[in-house]
Amino acid sequence: MTDEPTRPEEPVGGETGPKVGRDEWVARHEGNAQRRGGLLGVVEARLALVPWWGWLALLAAVVVLLPVGSDSGYVRRVAFDTLLYMLLALGLNVVVGWGGLFDLGYVAFYGIGAYAYAMLSSNHFDIHLPSLVTIPLIVVLGAVIGLLVGLPSRRLSGDYLAIVTLFFFQLFITVSTNGDDIGGHNVTGGSNGIGGVDASIDPLSFFGWELPQLTSGGVFNLAYLYVALVVFVVVFVALRLVNQSRTGRAWRSLREDPLAAEMMGMPVNWLKLMAFSFGAAVAALTGTIFASLNAGVFPQTFQFPLLITIYAMVILGGAGNMAGVVLGAIIVNVLLEVLREPGDARYIFYIVVAAGLLAVLKLSRRLAIVVAGTLVLGFLVRFLAEQLSDRATAGSPNGEGWLADAIERWVFIPSSLGAWGPVSYITLVCILLALTLVDGWRRLALLVPTLYLAAFVWENVMLSKPEPTRYILLGAILVTLMVARPEGLLGEKRVEIV
Amino acid sequence: MPDRLLDLRGVAMAFGGLTVVDGLDLHVDEGEIVSVIGPNGAGKTTLFNLITGVYRPTAGDIVFAGESIVGLEPHRITQRGIARTFQTLRLFLNMTVRENVMAAAYGHTKAGPLRAMLRTPGMRREEAAIRELAEKRLAFFGSRLMGYRWDQPAYSLSYANRRRLEIARATATNPRLLLLDEPAAGMNPNETLEIAELIGQLRTEGGYTILVIEHDMHVVEGISDRVVALDHGVKIAEGTFEAVATDPRVVEAYLGTGAMARKAI
Repeated sequence: MTDEPTRPEEPVGGETGPKVGRDEWVARHEGNAQRRGGLLGVVEARLALVPWWGWLALLAAVVVLLPVGSDSGYVRRVAFDTLLYMLLALGLNVVVGWGGLFDLGYVAFYGIGAYAYAMLSSNHFDIHLPSLVTIPLIVVLGAVIGLLVGLPSRRLSGDYLAIVTLFFFQLFITVSTNGDDIGGHNVTGGSNGIGGVDASIDPLSFFGWELPQLTSGGVFNLAYLYVALVVFVVVFVALRLVNQSRTGRAWRSLREDPLAAEMMGMPVNWLKLMAFSFGAAVAALTGTIFASLNAGVFPQTFQFPLLITIYAMVILGGAGNMAGVVLGAIIVNVLLEVLREPGDARYIFYIVVAAGLLAVLKLSRRLAIVVAGTLVLGFLVRFLAEQLSDRATAGSPNGEGWLADAIERWVFIPSSLGAWGPVSYITLVCILLALTLVDGWRRLALLVPTLYLAAFVWENVMLSKPEPTRYILLGAILVTLMVARPEGLLGEKRVEIV
Repeated sequence: MPDRLLDLRGVAMAFGGLTVVDGLDLHVDEGEIVSVIGPNGAGKTTLFNLITGVYRPTAGDIVFAGESIVGLEPHRITQRGIARTFQTLRLFLNMTVRENVMAAAYGHTKAGPLRAMLRTPGMRREEAAIRELAEKRLAFFGSRLMGYRWDQPAYSLSYANRRRLEIARATATNPRLLLLDEPAAGMNPNETLEIAELIGQLRTEGGYTILVIEHDMHVVEGISDRVVALDHGVKIAEGTFEAVATDPRVVEAYLGTGAMARKAI
């Protein structure tokens, strides 16, 4: 208790009324807060004092100053994509986080927005509406289509709603992929999409001021990054204001208990339609920016992996919390980008493993035993492999960095694994499952070879195929995080029944 | 009968072949407190569900303030002035105490999402009024739901306070008629006394007419102007507490045949 920060004395109750902050909940709440003592606790308390617009301003400042820090077109492009994901997550948060409606058709609205822009401002139909007309038009269009999709499903909830919206999504995919011959007319460009030489899509233009997609040097035009940022800030503030109005309260009531909401005078069916409509409008708006920058829309973009990615962002960040879903979008998208590069992915992998070990074993003697055991085992195995065959250590690690050099002396990397690749991968999965079945010293003992095998599989199998690997690693991180914190990073802890 | 606030005429409800309410006539006058009693499965909660529009009666008519409310959507019925609490608590658990009450003001407020985004002066006035209403409704319960509790999530409340919050939430819809479904269920004797007193205050200070389902006979005795006893969906007795409590059919419904005879011995 000595290093606890001293707290000013609570005003003693008496004539001033009941002593505030002294019932069970508050006591427990403070207990929880106290548990995180030390420097981390102080930082946490300070961060909690920053108002929401402070964070928003910080985020905007980072995006605005990004070109100063990096002149890489790739980094700017990733920042732009992340902003789009943040917008999509905000829109989905209205439906899923506030309305509590399990909408699996969300990406279709994104696609509709993108396609609508590609049709209204391009050579495809030779319609060239200015952006200030197209964008509001598409936002309204998205809202109306959201309403129409919601209409047949307004009495549905849970799994049934999910199935109906999934059907709608599938319908969108089918129509967009096969829409090059609807009654003899080429509407959606089929699997080739809209764009390219024949149907080039107009860049954004405001008040006659055109924003070319690429600058003269052939690199990504920064103006689009700033357009996306402005749209994001506007949408964020607008949704925040709605959330703190009677509509937002009604949405959240609907999520908590639809029957009670209806009984308290809230038109539940209408509120569901509104939530759908708002989500759809945000998605459609995002679609217009996407289409205008890419100068093309293709059905391959609007598929199930995108839906799952957006859901992962919302759930990871904490459904229902706007800052949370934005953070989720940033983490997932940046992580997916970083994992493309084997050298960077390697750092993330070992950091995640080390953090996981630290979280489970804490700073204990067991941790020291496991780490030392794994290191010794590694050098031993590598030495033996070297003695057995030259080929066993002839390979070299993917990617660069000091860690790659260090790893090469520890993990043996054969010139070619052949069929042993899948075998080692499956063995790793099996041994991980076995790890959950044993406990005590057996688990500790099993952990040592597991860790080494994990490193072996990572270096030999997974890093050689970065594309699937980044999704596998992202999935593993998500699963771990959800186990540790089911409500998401910034989500409020949910109580269902007490 | 000008002062009949609620009037059920020959209301029946059947789920498939099972009739749970049959030919029920029941009325509540303006300013009255009427208790509904009856053994489990007598159709009391079904009665509430019929009045509030969760179920549509298979026969009969329900008239509220001179107009039939049969077939209206539940939120419309609430907006006309009928609010209820639930036997099994149904709070918006993950919202704050104040938000629970503020949410219930939805039906008699107007500002839509567009006005919320623009924060128009009218919307801000309305929002302030909703907040004030919620705080006033919570203040009705003395210090129990006051102060720091306003910003706590509803799940943090004790059981008794949850029951109080449900009543506060119902009153925030500005009802004329309050339907309370077992307000004293699960309460300790002290809290039960307090609830009985509170129901009286809801009439005298709040000006609500009250229809209450209650199992605790002390509460029923203490608060009721009139008691209605149901069994198997049929009204078996009606009148003052003394008259109903000693009615042979009521005793039989609760204790079984021969109970009166045994009591006589």
